[in-house]
Amino acid sequence: MSDELRNDSGIEIKPLYSAADLDDWDPASKLGAPGEQPYTRGVYPTMYRGKLWTMRQYAGFGTPESTNERFKFLLGAGQTGLSCAFDLPTQMGYDSDHPRAEGEVGKVGVAIDSMADMRLLLKDLPLDKVTTSMTINSTGAILLLMYELVAEEQGVPSSAISGTIQNDLLKEYIARGTYVYPPRQSMRIITDIFEYCAKHVPKWNTISISGYHIREAGSTAVQEIAFTIANGIAYVDAAIAAGLDVDEFAPRLSFFWNAHNNFFEEVAKYRAARRIWFNIMNDRFKAKKESSKLLRFHTQTGGSTLTAQQPENNIVRVALQSMAAVMGGTQSLHTNGFDEALSLPTERAARIALRTQQIIGYESGIVDTPDPLAGSYFVETLTDEMERLALEYIAHIDELGGAVAAIEAGYQMDEIENAAYEYAKSIDNDERVIVGLNKFAVNDDPEPEVFPINPELERGQKARLGEYKAARDQAKVQAALAALVEAAKGTDNVLYPMKEALRVDATLGEISDALRGVFGVYQP
Amino acid sequence: MNTENTSLRVLVAKVGLDGHDRGVKVVARLLRDAGIEVIYTGLFQTPETVAASAVDEDVDVVGLSMLSGAHMTLAPLVVAAIRARGVDIPVVIGGIVPNGDVAELKAAGIAEILGPGAPADEVVAAVRRAAANASV
Repeated sequence: MSDELRNDSGIEIKPLYSAADLDDWDPASKLGAPGEQPYTRGVYPTMYRGKLWTMRQYAGFGTPESTNERFKFLLGAGQTGLSCAFDLPTQMGYDSDHPRAEGEVGKVGVAIDSMADMRLLLKDLPLDKVTTSMTINSTGAILLLMYELVAEEQGVPSSAISGTIQNDLLKEYIARGTYVYPPRQSMRIITDIFEYCAKHVPKWNTISISGYHIREAGSTAVQEIAFTIANGIAYVDAAIAAGLDVDEFAPRLSFFWNAHNNFFEEVAKYRAARRIWFNIMNDRFKAKKESSKLLRFHTQTGGSTLTAQQPENNIVRVALQSMAAVMGGTQSLHTNGFDEALSLPTERAARIALRTQQIIGYESGIVDTPDPLAGSYFVETLTDEMERLALEYIAHIDELGGAVAAIEAGYQMDEIENAAYEYAKSIDNDERVIVGLNKFAVNDDPEPEVFPINPELERGQKARLGEYKAARDQAKVQAALAALVEAAKGTDNVLYPMKEALRVDATLGEISDALRGVFGVYQP
Repeated sequence: MNTENTSLRVLVAKVGLDGHDRGVKVVARLLRDAGIEVIYTGLFQTPETVAASAVDEDVDVVGLSMLSGAHMTLAPLVVAAIRARGVDIPVVIGGIVPNGDVAELKAAGIAEILGPGAPADEVVAAVRRAAANASV
């Protein structure tokens, strides 16, 4: 082992940290108290003594009925919020009967084509009590409106529902790939959503500005927070340019971070991100409300850190990553199933993942006092260093003209691709140890149980869609879609005509096609 | 053909709607490091567009990155689309393929299947093996 040691972000780790490292360091300005500026120590004064984080397991597969069943299983097992995964056609604005949907229906999430599907997905769920996060971006407005309409049908007013749509298109261009429209058109839909929710769905988190996927695509921890916060700046800029007041929408912005294995680097990352966002909202955007300046976040443990080899080892990785998220002050948490390098989680793996959070929450004592690592010579030095490096990236993106222009120039993608390549090389040449993969491997790794997807479901989903389309008033659908096209061509908020189209049973694919006709599709 | 010394040309592709391209981009660079010429299609290809590019580019091997569970539908369609053009370019899959699916994919004409965590030399060897077997 060489004398020089660097963490995953390339920050040199000294052999020892001591009081001298914090000589010029002022705890009052760097930390404050939990729930106070600059929020390094957390967004609430009592943190988990008041209430544990929301245990929110991401789930969704197959038909709306099967996902509804899994939701009920998870709520029954003590989960406190829902998080829905949608299949790729739903995410890309294709109905299940579209040729491009072939082979993808119900695979990585649940298939939702119409209001009929959404009613089945949310059947018998207490929408006035449970909060629901939906991992949906290009078609986020449609799913939000479907949720609102089903809640209305169940007698729950829009003002009472709460949850999150991911709605973060910039990271789709950077890292995740489920974009439909070009960046500037996507920004328009996003600001329309901000405006609509401020008026009608005030408790909804209108965006989850996501570093998760940037990290999964191979970025370092510093790049994760830097590129994501730069995207956050772009959303705030766009909304202000559209005429919204910063304090009107900023309190509903939320973030989504990853948790990888380098424990202290991760804790420092969450703390640095909170401080950076506070300073940006306070100084750059002159927000007045305190709630506009808080970086509230969800965390998911790192899917790319899981190994297909000796998959039970992943239970330990997930536990370490969850501890980092909790010590970093997360507001909600998803823990991965140990079998997720191979398939969607089996029920057994999903239960162990949830139990991991419950053990941390109820047995470990980690939750007894906020930000327990504050004041550590090492953690404070690392937090400052991650903040400094992230701010360098953000300044560079500003120089390129902001996140949208940088994306159009391919900047973030190139940086991430290089980091991913270096990471792969470091495993290949054994500089980096992955237990069970390039060290401590075994030959008799038994084949684990994998989650089965019913091959018949695509046919069933198409059949239901066919019946739905046959039973409606086609003239009304056409008129509603024409109204949506008109709004999209002008500057009116597109959510109102979308909602009318859903009321007359237009499908997700039809609404998306109408917008594709006006906005075009993005070709990188 | 002596596949050890002759320069190979490989088309790596993302077919279907999955946008996760970390793996395919890293594999493209690792293959290039091994002296193989690599063309990457970009996201959202169909079996037809992959087959057309493979023939146009006159590649020796097609590599598909499949993570979304659509491999049982899409990978055999890629093989069929290539063969429909009167050529038999071998197809290698990398990504998430449960062991239970391997026999059926092999029967559909998939040459090699690489799972999560496969090291670079294993990926390069699989590509060279696929090319060598096809040229016999």
